[in-house]
Amino acid sequence: MATIPVRATPIGNLSRVARRSYRIVAEIPSLPLLMLSILAFVAVFAPVIAPHGKLDPVKPTPEQCQAKFGMANCPYVDNVPPFWTRGGTFDTPLGTDFLGRDVLSRLMYGAQISLVVALTGTLFAGGIGTLLGVLAGYMGKWWDQVIMRITDAWLTLPSLVFAILLSSVRGPGVWNVVLILALVFWSRYSRAVRGEVLALREREFVRLAEINGIGKLKIIRRHLIPNVMNTVMVLFSLQVGVAVIIEASLSFLGVGVPPPEPSWGLMMAQERESLMEGKWWLAVFPGICITMLVLSANMLGDWLRVRLDPQLRNR
Amino acid sequence: MGEPLLEVRDLKKHFPVGSSLLGGVQGWVKAVDGISFTINSGETLGLVGESGCGKTTTSKLILAAEQATSGAIEFEGRNLAELRGPELMDYRRKVQVVFQDPYSSLSPRMRVGDIIAEPIETHERVSRHEVRSRVAELLELVGLRPDMSRLFPHEFSGGQRQRLAIARALSTNARLVVLDEPVSALDVSIRAHIISLLEEIQTRLAVSYLFIAHDLAAVAHVSQRTAVMYLGKLVEVADSLELCASPLHPYTKALFAASLPSHPDEAREEIVLSGEVPSALNPPRGCSFHPRCPFVMPRCSEQEPLLCEVSPGRRVACHLYN
Amino acid sequence: MPPLLRVKDLRAYYFGFRGTRVVKAIDGVSFSLEAGETFGLVGESGCGKTSTCHAIVRLLPASARIVGGRIELEGEDLLGKSQAEMREIRGRRIATILQDPMASLDPLFTIYDQVAEPAYYHRALRGPRLRQRVKELLSAVRIPSPERRMKDLPHQMSGGMRQRIVGAIALAGGPQVIIADEPTTNLDVTIQLQYLNLLKDLQRASGVALIFVTHNLGIVAKMCDKVAVMYAGKIVEMQSVRGLFYHPRHPYTRALLNSIPKLGTKAPLYIIPGQPPDLSHLPAGCSFQPRCASAMERCRVEEPSEQHLDDGATTRCWLPLHEATTRG
Repeated sequence: MATIPVRATPIGNLSRVARRSYRIVAEIPSLPLLMLSILAFVAVFAPVIAPHGKLDPVKPTPEQCQAKFGMANCPYVDNVPPFWTRGGTFDTPLGTDFLGRDVLSRLMYGAQISLVVALTGTLFAGGIGTLLGVLAGYMGKWWDQVIMRITDAWLTLPSLVFAILLSSVRGPGVWNVVLILALVFWSRYSRAVRGEVLALREREFVRLAEINGIGKLKIIRRHLIPNVMNTVMVLFSLQVGVAVIIEASLSFLGVGVPPPEPSWGLMMAQERESLMEGKWWLAVFPGICITMLVLSANMLGDWLRVRLDPQLRNR
Repeated sequence: MGEPLLEVRDLKKHFPVGSSLLGGVQGWVKAVDGISFTINSGETLGLVGESGCGKTTTSKLILAAEQATSGAIEFEGRNLAELRGPELMDYRRKVQVVFQDPYSSLSPRMRVGDIIAEPIETHERVSRHEVRSRVAELLELVGLRPDMSRLFPHEFSGGQRQRLAIARALSTNARLVVLDEPVSALDVSIRAHIISLLEEIQTRLAVSYLFIAHDLAAVAHVSQRTAVMYLGKLVEVADSLELCASPLHPYTKALFAASLPSHPDEAREEIVLSGEVPSALNPPRGCSFHPRCPFVMPRCSEQEPLLCEVSPGRRVACHLYN
Repeated sequence: MPPLLRVKDLRAYYFGFRGTRVVKAIDGVSFSLEAGETFGLVGESGCGKTSTCHAIVRLLPASARIVGGRIELEGEDLLGKSQAEMREIRGRRIATILQDPMASLDPLFTIYDQVAEPAYYHRALRGPRLRQRVKELLSAVRIPSPERRMKDLPHQMSGGMRQRIVGAIALAGGPQVIIADEPTTNLDVTIQLQYLNLLKDLQRASGVALIFVTHNLGIVAKMCDKVAVMYAGKIVEMQSVRGLFYHPRHPYTRALLNSIPKLGTKAPLYIIPGQPPDLSHLPAGCSFQPRCASAMERCRVEEPSEQHLDDGATTRCWLPLHEATTRG
């Protein structure tokens, strides 16, 4: 329909890019963007902004020791409630856990772990899955058969059970969790990417490259992979939420991130009984964090899916 | 106009239908069923026909995207089926294509400069500097500005994208460009631009075209000679203006009748064909056009008419004329 | 007696990017349609002809708003009606035929179901009378063996047949106006001829008025009585079909007629300079002036109003005035 007038001066380029980026960012729904930005910021700057350490108990004040134990000195004061309830202090705004560690600081460090694990795990899964999907879709024939049958089989495995199996083999550990996430989730990507590639394969620019005698690997690299990135990005953002939950579940079950590292899931697991005993802050705050992350990742992914879809037609 | 550049002799492409697992092949779709034509250097041959006639398959065969079932394609005197390795790549360099859809023939995530340069980089060992200057030349050739090479395809209009596709097709000094419905997807006023551009380029570079389209007027304008295809066979081949002045084959006449008038009072012999195009799986016996032909004779259902020369440069496959 | 359909000074704009970008898709379109008449709406992509059709049946997308003008069906104002009232009108009094038959037909329902639907809802036909009506409609659009083919699904039919079935669906509600939006663009030429002849016959038999939207002037020459040429959301010329082809009054029409290859001649084609307009950034004055061979100073400054000429033609151009005054 309309023709965008074409200007291509160097300065024009820069300001054009800046304007375009602003337009794109302005379109992203503000709520998930805000939440994710906060979480990312916290994750990156946790060592700097966290009021206390993640592993060491908070040095309590003599008043606290007196109030709790009736002694002048004590190594730590456990289960201090949040600052707005009786007995809480501003020093540990969200309270402390059973070992006297500051909940807020642990949440902040936990953001690091959750985000890193979820992001890298999903990234690896995406990388493997996309590659296999492209090969299956483009090379066809027995590549397709073999890869898709493996994918189908993989997809039928219940992911959590499979993750538990893997982790019992590998043992707990942050990077093991990443590995598990990659191994469990690649199949979701390969299926979707294969479908994309099947459609792309028929598009004329691919046919043209083949007619020109360009090698298959080069076609995959230059023509197919850049054009499936839309789908992959959408899947990625939706999968990040799932990854967070799986990691939390694994940690909850004791086969994910090992204590004393502050994974949100682990924090919830360790404080299971505390919920019953009235120390709600120990399990609720990590739960809120998980919810925030998954919700904003999902909202973003949904928005991305809608936003990128019509553009696939480039009209 | 020069010597023969592309010679096609009795070209056939039959696709097997039916499961080859147990029962073997159940039938053949005779997409292209014995066509012969020649394109001389610097000349345009127009290929007209409706859907299912086999013109797309023909273009695929010429582009070496499909292998012929039988028959020969000779380019610059060499048989395409015998070419291997570097000779085949050389063929691909010299025979290029422009597709119909300007929106899907350019890779959406590549800059247009890279898109145009891709054939150059694939076929020739050329320095980056030279590639850039050739891309700039090509952009100017098709009426665009060289500084547009950094832009992406979606920043161009449909007509401009077709120009880019043409630039890419010419990037390796091709000698034959297959134009597969190059203007059908464009706006009416833009078609004139592209048609003129193609004609200008032909005059300047002496490149040959195989112009495939269903719009008779456009084909006749661009091509020196036009061939009409129906159900895998050529039914008439003639000089374009002669064809327009006096079409001989009944199908050609029907095509002319169906191609709409250029003004309301234009007298046209109204020939409305009955029925639909039959399936290429089970073509009618004898002349494949006879069930729909308004001039059908008893002989037509028994004997297949051959494409013979009825006057110099004019070939028709119809029992009315031989 | 009011015309069957009258559109007066219709304006519809698309609002995008949170209201910062306004695309004037329809910018002052006026025409009228009588029963039995075939009205051609010609233009290239983006000129607003499809938007006009959508506006008439009030099916513009959410980002568009009708900001002015009137649409009257037999004197009744259509713009004031609610969506529920419009549902009574769509299919029953105004029907549409769209470009892609595969998109117009639901792949999951039989031909019978789809042709019967308008007759069921708008004409309250049931049972054997409904079957009879469907059979009549399919015969009217020349589908062979209608009894048998009623049970088929869309994918079992050829493109030409599907488009004819879409025609049957359009007729099923017994409309007074049929809007056909580029119905033959995806069809082969010989099938197109069959289809156009069919449309003309159906029109003669039922007296329905036809609005034919197309970019193909050849179809206009064959089918239409009256033609309007659209450019950048406005009607730049409107006349009888003969008048348009023999005495085109607007430079755009003239340019268009000269840029089309004509059978049997290799005369060089006229190339309209420039690019189709960007509807969100229209030039000052006349929208066509950057590309017009006859542009004058006035054209660059003042947008031309509608000129009604003696021979019944209407054009949005300063040229006829200028020619009249210079001729004295």
